[in-house]
Amino acid sequence: MAAGAHETSLGIDHRKLGMWTFLGSEFLFFGAFLATFLLYVQTTAGGPGVEIFDIPFTSISSFVLLMSSLTMVLAHNAHTQGDLRRMRMWILATAGQGAVFLGGQVFEFNVFVREGLTFGTSPFATSFYVLTGFHGAHVFIGILLLLTLYTFSLTGKVKPNQPLKTEMIGLYWHFVDIVWVVLFTVVYLIPELTVLD
Amino acid sequence: MSSTTATRPGRYQRPNPREGFISWITTTDHKRIGLMYFWTVLVFFFFGGVQSALIRTQLAQAEQSVLTEEIYNQVFTMHGITMVFLVVMPFAAAFFNYLIPLMIGARDVAFPRLNAFSYWVFLFAGIFLYSSFLLGGAPNGSWVGYAPLSTDAVSNMGFYAIGINALGISSLAASINFIVTILNMRAPGMTFMRMPVFIWMALVTSFLLLFAVPIISTALFMLMFDGVYGGQFFEPATGGDPILYQHLFWLFGHPEVYIMILPTMGIISETLPVFSRKPLFGYAAVVFAGAAIGFIGFGVWAHHMFTSAMGPVARSAFALATMFIAVPTGIKIFNWVFTMWGGKLRFTTSMLFSIGFVSMFTIGGLSGVTHAIVPHNAQQHDTYYVVAHFHYVLFGGALFGLIAGVYFWFPKVTGRLMNETLGKWHFWTWLLGFNLTFGPMHMSGLLGQPRRTAVLPAELGPTVELYNLLSGVGLIILFGSALVFLYNLLASTKKGELAGEDPWDARTLEWLTTSPPKAHNWDKIPTVTHRDEFWHRKYAEDEAGRPVAVPAGAAEDVGDPRGDNAEALDEHIHMPDASYWPFVMVLGLVPLMYGLNFASAPLIAIGLLWAIIGMYGWIIEPLAEGDDDDPLDAPNPSATTGAVTY
Amino acid sequence: MSATETPQQEAEHGHHPTARDYVNIAVILGILTALEVSTYFFEFGPLGVPMLIVLMVIKFLLVVGWFMHLRFDTKVFSRLMYTGLAFALVLYSITLAALYLDNFSAMT
Ligand code: HEM
Ligand SMILES: [Cu+2]
Repeated sequence: MAAGAHETSLGIDHRKLGMWTFLGSEFLFFGAFLATFLLYVQTTAGGPGVEIFDIPFTSISSFVLLMSSLTMVLAHNAHTQGDLRRMRMWILATAGQGAVFLGGQVFEFNVFVREGLTFGTSPFATSFYVLTGFHGAHVFIGILLLLTLYTFSLTGKVKPNQPLKTEMIGLYWHFVDIVWVVLFTVVYLIPELTVLD
Repeated sequence: MSSTTATRPGRYQRPNPREGFISWITTTDHKRIGLMYFWTVLVFFFFGGVQSALIRTQLAQAEQSVLTEEIYNQVFTMHGITMVFLVVMPFAAAFFNYLIPLMIGARDVAFPRLNAFSYWVFLFAGIFLYSSFLLGGAPNGSWVGYAPLSTDAVSNMGFYAIGINALGISSLAASINFIVTILNMRAPGMTFMRMPVFIWMALVTSFLLLFAVPIISTALFMLMFDGVYGGQFFEPATGGDPILYQHLFWLFGHPEVYIMILPTMGIISETLPVFSRKPLFGYAAVVFAGAAIGFIGFGVWAHHMFTSAMGPVARSAFALATMFIAVPTGIKIFNWVFTMWGGKLRFTTSMLFSIGFVSMFTIGGLSGVTHAIVPHNAQQHDTYYVVAHFHYVLFGGALFGLIAGVYFWFPKVTGRLMNETLGKWHFWTWLLGFNLTFGPMHMSGLLGQPRRTAVLPAELGPTVELYNLLSGVGLIILFGSALVFLYNLLASTKKGELAGEDPWDARTLEWLTTSPPKAHNWDKIPTVTHRDEFWHRKYAEDEAGRPVAVPAGAAEDVGDPRGDNAEALDEHIHMPDASYWPFVMVLGLVPLMYGLNFASAPLIAIGLLWAIIGMYGWIIEPLAEGDDDDPLDAPNPSATTGAVTY
Repeated sequence: MSATETPQQEAEHGHHPTARDYVNIAVILGILTALEVSTYFFEFGPLGVPMLIVLMVIKFLLVVGWFMHLRFDTKVFSRLMYTGLAFALVLYSITLAALYLDNFSAMT
């Protein structure tokens, strides 16, 4: 059984096919938490509601995460050209931006808790923390993967002629990014327009 | 066989033991993993059986108190969890593992180490669930785990939320593995419409798992957060909606029932043609109906919630959709019947169980349609009538078919036949015991016996009491029958008549290779030119369309005169090496699961760290020689015949 | 594709995008995000929500199509992704509708 795509029935590499299969199922995972959040967006049990969001702050961290997708794809691009040095630089940039996003999320959670929105305050609070928290966990895993890729490209485990490895991690990273594209709009911006008025 | 590690001194090496305990811990061979699933399932089946015996003892007479209510609730909950998640589902996984590569002409699954990972997660999650008995009591909120009861500590449902979630990870990994294997590793010439129906059903099942598991996963996470960490998802006091849990559970739960039945439908679609000496009637219809069942199966979930808060529009829509789903199911039943029609039937044990499946499953399907009628449902819901329904589809259906599969493929796996006399004893007592146990439940349910109730109320009257007694007697027969099966299984492994390659005159590829198959399955990967490839290698058609045998020899995976491994030596067949890491990584799951359940940060941290370290071991471990990770191959890795060892 | 191609060659069929293309896409994504955030500062009346949804979908498609290469890759990947997405959208919409209708009939 060959790893090379040329020997498979569909002419696709197993690993990439497996990754896409997995990503397909992830939509149902995030979808359920998102639907739950929407159900409870006004169920605040007297505690804080969506007015607590700091849109300018979240906009910036969302922008950072969005741009990390650019550096990710540039890393892959460098790897396809066999340029591991540039690939590593972009990988570090991606991981760094991911870390900034995560840091922003931790900060945001802290502020919210201080303002009285704890995990058990209301269904709104729980569903918000669990939804964005699971996204944050995905970002965290992504950062781990990126750093692993970085290290292994130094030790020779990831070689210049193996851009597929960067591509796989990229697919995961971009997926996490598009989930945030949706969450940013549906969790922050739209309620800001509709619920508050 | 891979014989690679020895040639590379000084490098971190992969284990490659052939025998003994370590060889099982480290195995990545799909056949061995399939066998491990099988034996583990038998153990859990025994536990589930004991629990059913306790239930029947308690209900043998009205107003008994053999068990306390608390214990009774734990027992029926664990019975349901065990049978669904630790018996029927992994039983199907055993078949998938063993047979998919053999039936599509591959040498292993796409990701052998991930495959081992799935098994170990399954095993440890099962042990975790059972350890609850020693740690303050087993879950007692039923297999559906409705909130808000399940978020209350009194229900012990933390074990349920976390244990089932872990099993979900196992199923998800397995489903991705099987999807990639089936899509991507078919032998040359095996187009989609030449795949055996079993493979089709495995594919549909895997897709159902792929899309249903994440849903239950969210529901279980919510339960866990509410129950252990003070979340408010389902807490009515702050505005949480318990009905949300029911939706999420059944969004998974109905596809789940098809996850349990489709593998069996696949098995039956292989056994019936062989023992009728006819090709499957309406192959395309069976495949299409299977896919349709999978698809529509996602749109009927709320028929489990007709008596919960739901508006009339939703009720009508879901009732209609539910009745629709009986149509593809009916199509399949007709196809199986017409496969047998006019065939040269051979009533082997496997065939008997297959026919048993078709008839018992039909009964269960019919009572299912009666549930779909909303006013009826209000009458039947939460009575023993529903219990009768799902046992006819799950026991009379899924389990009968899986056992048919055991009798059918046993000779391939062991090289020996199971004893047919014992097999027939097994079948007839099983059929009798099954109907005696579950048939009366239709009546007692319609007479008002509630399910999930620890004490049989005397006011239901002597008739209902009699029905319950009959169920108890039926169960005793089933236990005896199971013993016959177990004895047959163990004895035949050692002393059974030698089977040879093709004892049934079968039709599909797996019968082409030796019994038991060699570790690398084939010396030479077969090229496929027909559906039912193996049959076409054995028989041609005369003018009247009757099969005539073609000259001997054409039909085998002809070995090389130089012996079994000759071709392996020529072509250098790469098999995935064994690995410690799936097992090691899954060990980290143990502290993680307990940590989550008891809200212990240190345990969670240890578990996560352990799993991450295990993951790194997994990544760093060298792949087999010839893989793109071998520095010798540079510069163009994809030009070599590497072995994937994920 | 023929039996001898490697994955790299395969990708090149579809005019593999260059680094320049990626930067352009990122610039567009940035502009779209700025537009999104502007709904917070300016009043768009009833147009606000539809606009946000449209912008979100465009951003989604850009990332998926270019950064994840769906435009250039085999159809199988698109099918897998959109099947998951469609299931999620349909199933959870129905669930939400059913739940809202309940709460509605409970109120009246
Ligand atoms: C002909 C197709 C089928 C129809 C129309 C159907 C319909 C139904 C309905 C409406 C219920 C809900 C009863 C109630 O609780 O009030 C139900 C329950 C159930 N069905 Fe089916 N069913 C069908 C086939 C199956 C199959 C193939 C399986 C499994 C292999 C299955 C397993 C179950 C289980 C486990 C339950 C009980 C769930 C619980 O409350 O614990 N059904 N069925
Ligand atoms: Cu159902």
